[in-house]
Amino acid sequence: MWQFFHKLGSPKWFFGIAARLMPWLLAGGILLLMAGIVWGLAFAPKDYLQGNSYRIIFIHVPTAFLAQSVYVMMAVAAVVTLVWRMKLADVFVKSVAPVGLVLTFLSLFTGAVWGKPTWGTWWVWDARLTSMLILLFLYGGVIALDRAINDEKSAARAVSVLVLVGVVNIPIIQYSVEWWNTLHQPSTFKLTEKPSMPAEMWVPLLLSVLGLYLLFGWLACLRMQTEILLREQRARWVKDYVLAGRG
Amino acid sequence: MNADCRPALTLRQDTVGALAAMQAVFARDMKVAFRQRQDLLNPLLFFVMVVTLFPLGVSPEVSFLREAGAGILWVAALLSVLLSLDHLFRHDFDDGTLEQLVLQPQPLFLLVLAKTAAHWVLTGLPLVVLTPVLGVMVHLDGNSIGVLCLTLLIGTPVLSLIGSIGAALTLGLRSAGVLLSLLIIPLYIPVLIFGTGTVASAAEGAPVGAYLALMGAFLVLALTLAPFASAAALRISLSNG
Repeated sequence: MWQFFHKLGSPKWFFGIAARLMPWLLAGGILLLMAGIVWGLAFAPKDYLQGNSYRIIFIHVPTAFLAQSVYVMMAVAAVVTLVWRMKLADVFVKSVAPVGLVLTFLSLFTGAVWGKPTWGTWWVWDARLTSMLILLFLYGGVIALDRAINDEKSAARAVSVLVLVGVVNIPIIQYSVEWWNTLHQPSTFKLTEKPSMPAEMWVPLLLSVLGLYLLFGWLACLRMQTEILLREQRARWVKDYVLAGRG
Repeated sequence: MNADCRPALTLRQDTVGALAAMQAVFARDMKVAFRQRQDLLNPLLFFVMVVTLFPLGVSPEVSFLREAGAGILWVAALLSVLLSLDHLFRHDFDDGTLEQLVLQPQPLFLLVLAKTAAHWVLTGLPLVVLTPVLGVMVHLDGNSIGVLCLTLLIGTPVLSLIGSIGAALTLGLRSAGVLLSLLIIPLYIPVLIFGTGTVASAAEGAPVGAYLALMGAFLVLALTLAPFASAAALRISLSNG
């Protein structure tokens, strides 16, 4: 166990593992996402109230799901950075923060597009939307702070503190639809209950969520590899890797 | 800033307990502040000016001001706390006092808490005191003004505490001011929502106990967690320099 832990801390070791994992993540991600989206957009039954406009759920929910869980993953990595000073954890936070920002933006955007036909407005200041907007700001703050500090180690630790402080927002987003009477509907998936929609709707939704997770994994690996190469550019193995013409 | 007029921080290391150290830090911060009175006045002037902008810029109608007044005062208070945060650690960082604080045997988070308390007494509290006057100027009724003062009394310490994290994180950085706002404003939003929500609820004649309890919960949460985060951030910023 501990040997594994130490290995995981080594950028070189991770670089190799990531290279082996990435084709699978990419293939699986594209396959599941395509399956989920094609099934959802073309074959799933119409909603009796919203008609076809509900179909944006197959993009909206996965991005919103990921936007939140990326932040949680960053928070876990931030704890690892602060407690064990593990280099990879910090590489992870730095690499995925912009991805999280884009995902949050996409979920807000698709939500707005969905809101127009169903609620009659692009935007309402309700709890779920506002807390997602705060999440967007938090991602922005993390990226800005990381760019502002030149020293790599200080930046890693300062960003970790900020990420952990911002984590208070996550339960607020999660429970905003239950604590307040909002326009936004409650979560589709709950751990303890069956989804309230028929299987022909939630199965493709689940597929596209899983697909986006895998795709995120692929993108995280790719960005982390790039960051590792940048940071370790003076290391011998990086030189060998690049000279071997694979870079 | 004239360095000569800044009293040195002297804590006898072996004999001074944590509480006495906090008192010393608090007393010194007060003393420093009162030797730079203009710095004390600036956030208050800013507060008054921002509030003035709304009747002139949007509408001087009584109905509008009565509806928006609490929000305007809250936003103005929030901004002026934000503006004053840069001073919280900056001068101590520049002249090395902060390094001495970090080196004290007393836990750093307690000393940070003392500094934050001094910051609140010097900025947050005067804002609360000024609020009734400005509340009358935006035509709030007496009950609303009372509730507004109460929410600011509970809310401004939260602003100072959360702000101390941001001030500590951005210490010694280029363009620290803008960055500080970017990091801190998202965290201020919940306090703002509940602060103005309380007043809105009071204006409708609804009970405000639940709102005030929630704000009290914010305060307790910030009081217990923020000093740790600021202390950690201060250590990071100092090792950076």
